[in-house]
Amino acid sequence: MSLKTLTRDWEPMSYGFLDASAKRELRRKMLKAVAVPGCQMPYASREVPMARGWGTGGLQVSLTLINPKTCVKVIDQGADDSVNAASIRSFLAKVSGAPTTLDTLKADLIQSRHRIPEEVLREDQVLVLQVPNPEPLRSVQPNMSIARQMHADADYGRMWLQLYEQIVRSGRIMQGASYPSMVNGRHVMTPSPIPRWDVPKLNMAKHLTILSAGREKRIFAVPPFTRVEPLVFDDVPYKVEDHANLTCYRSGVRGLFMNEIPQEDGSSTHEVSDSEYGVKVIRRADGDDTVLGKTWYENGEMSS
Amino acid sequence: MTITLDAPRIVTAHPLMTLKNVSKSYGDVRAVRDASVEVFPGEVMGIVGESGSGKSTLLRMMNLEDTPDTGSYTLDLPDVQGNLFELDRFARRMLCATKIGIVYQNPHLGLLMNHSSSGNVAERLLVAGERRFSVLRDKAQIALEASEFPLERLDAPPIELSGGMQQRVQLAKAIALEPALLLLDEPTTGLDVSVQALVLDTLKRLQQDRQITMVIVSHDLGVIRTMADRVIVMRRGEIVESGLADQIFQDPQHPYTQQLVHAKL
Amino acid sequence: MTLVLDVQSLTKGFTMHHLNTQMAAFNDISFGLHSGEFLLLKGTNGAGKSTLLRTLYRSYLAQSGAALFQSSHGVIDLMRAADVDITHLRRSEIGFVTQFLVARPRVSAQALVAEPLRQAGHSADAALDEARRWLSAFGVKEELWRAYPTTFSGGEQQKVNLARALILPQKLLLLDEPTASLDVQARTALVARLAELKSQGTAMIGVFHHPDDVSHLIDRVIDLTPNTSNPEDREDVAY
Repeated sequence: MSLKTLTRDWEPMSYGFLDASAKRELRRKMLKAVAVPGCQMPYASREVPMARGWGTGGLQVSLTLINPKTCVKVIDQGADDSVNAASIRSFLAKVSGAPTTLDTLKADLIQSRHRIPEEVLREDQVLVLQVPNPEPLRSVQPNMSIARQMHADADYGRMWLQLYEQIVRSGRIMQGASYPSMVNGRHVMTPSPIPRWDVPKLNMAKHLTILSAGREKRIFAVPPFTRVEPLVFDDVPYKVEDHANLTCYRSGVRGLFMNEIPQEDGSSTHEVSDSEYGVKVIRRADGDDTVLGKTWYENGEMSS
Repeated sequence: MTITLDAPRIVTAHPLMTLKNVSKSYGDVRAVRDASVEVFPGEVMGIVGESGSGKSTLLRMMNLEDTPDTGSYTLDLPDVQGNLFELDRFARRMLCATKIGIVYQNPHLGLLMNHSSSGNVAERLLVAGERRFSVLRDKAQIALEASEFPLERLDAPPIELSGGMQQRVQLAKAIALEPALLLLDEPTTGLDVSVQALVLDTLKRLQQDRQITMVIVSHDLGVIRTMADRVIVMRRGEIVESGLADQIFQDPQHPYTQQLVHAKL
Repeated sequence: MTLVLDVQSLTKGFTMHHLNTQMAAFNDISFGLHSGEFLLLKGTNGAGKSTLLRTLYRSYLAQSGAALFQSSHGVIDLMRAADVDITHLRRSEIGFVTQFLVARPRVSAQALVAEPLRQAGHSADAALDEARRWLSAFGVKEELWRAYPTTFSGGEQQKVNLARALILPQKLLLLDEPTASLDVQARTALVARLAELKSQGTAMIGVFHHPDDVSHLIDRVIDLTPNTSNPEDREDVAY
């Protein structure tokens, strides 16, 4: 027996870019995050060939979870074809040999920035969300040591203070994205900057959601079938964006989350934010036998 | 004909607050030495002493912000038991939010300067678990009104308010949950004399209307004389004298107290 | 008549630490006071008349001796009673009348006068009515009732003060020159009120510059001038 038989040959690169110990740490932290839903787990965010703040947290999680058979989808603000999404997707494919897709239904692993796809995710799918600021208490408690104590004590009164301030100043809750939400009745998390529209999709969802902040070095998770409740006052109900009556000018889709496209005359048209869903609808209209999944929202209402 | 008898105690009520044999050192500096204080329900207790005498440290302990090296702290309230210094952080926070109110000399310590004034008051209620917006708003308004805060500035952030108004916001926050004990740490120091008088007057009024038990710390004897029923005089961490306010001011016993009283303009 | 106050060998002096001296005020005073009795303290300036009143009120601390007070809760030594007990007694059984007003900013004259009644548990309206009656009796003009006494002239302040101090019948009333600089109407009202309280059983100890006003009320006189014989023996009684 020699040392050579016990060790692997030197390779120019680890599978999935990250070295084994990095992936091991990430796996352990993901397990911890799943074990304590919504609780932020610190991890040693590694260097990846991308600037911090551009999705390095999500990328590291994806690189850790990926295997040659994982079908990967990457979206940015709902679109598969944005530069950042395309670059991350091709990088993931290049370092893992994994197949890629644009279709939510075909994906095993979906890395996303700022959106959750409109089609309902299944038990066998994993959603990875890129998180810029993982600490929901930051705006009300700048001292992170105290913020951590507040999490430990479930001392979340000040989160409502933030909502109070918005109502007092603007007459309504202005928190558009990153709406603070209670996970499993214990930890308040920021669900990354997804719109209010997407937060109910996390509640008792069948899929696993991993949220990762590369710059801030924090991982947290919403395991399948876990309660996610947006923080609200008892007498001010939670409201999602009022997009029920908007129609996508390209696909004709109604009742889903729309992007506003300002026009030169000051008016706006709208386009469905989940771009691939719009594409599938157009294809179907053209006669392709594209499969459209069940959507979380129907006619602008969250279906139960 | 004479009456001979040992004096019985008339007021049989227990002290609301009892600090017993409290000592605290910071390194080699003994901030408080073996201090014992009893405050009875509805009473205003004044603590005087120069800076560094330990009076603020004592007050911070009463607010459970600081734990002494030795000593005990009890509040005689139906649902409060034992030595409060032994409570964990969680229990302390709830107790402080619901039973004790505090007004600091520096409003930055007690207020979120960029949030609305009403929001600052509402925070207290939120900590105690209130989750109805309308109730928060109403109660914040009531507390601010009781503190004689101008309601048209209800939602102005404290940073835009004058010093006197900031103290009123602190006061409203402190009394929002009708605490059993109101602690005042130099509440009017640094304010203009006229504003100081108005704030003291509000305090006095609140005290009379609600019979709030207060502990007020000040180096300003005038403030203490206006407010306090009883006075404790501290020097170098020790209580050198205590007694009825008029007695302390008219017939001080300890050399230090005499010096203090005679030095007053 | 019941004994209200039994003063035993009361001694008071002041220690002035910065001068390192002792200043005696009065020495070994003993007397008894019954309900409805009016005791006049007299003596030369500095004999300790006001000091004795303040010592009994516990604004001053006695050096030795006792002052046993028959409170409605039992007998209590005022010199050794707990501070809270003194506070309680001051609110309910022992009154102190001076010529100096302890006014508070932004409290109206009538509210100030009504306060002792309110603290004793009277309803707000009843207390205010009674307060107005006494303000009127002492000759405070009606337009001043709702004003703040801090802005009043000295004479008017004093009237408010008297009304406040005398509104609630007490067991023991200590009077420290209450008539000084009072106008005739107020003085008459004061004397009438004192007589009324006395007939209701209030025991009084008074220091007066001009005791003539109250001479018909005086039952006994104690002379505090040093080197006079034991005051209890010197009953220049003016029954």
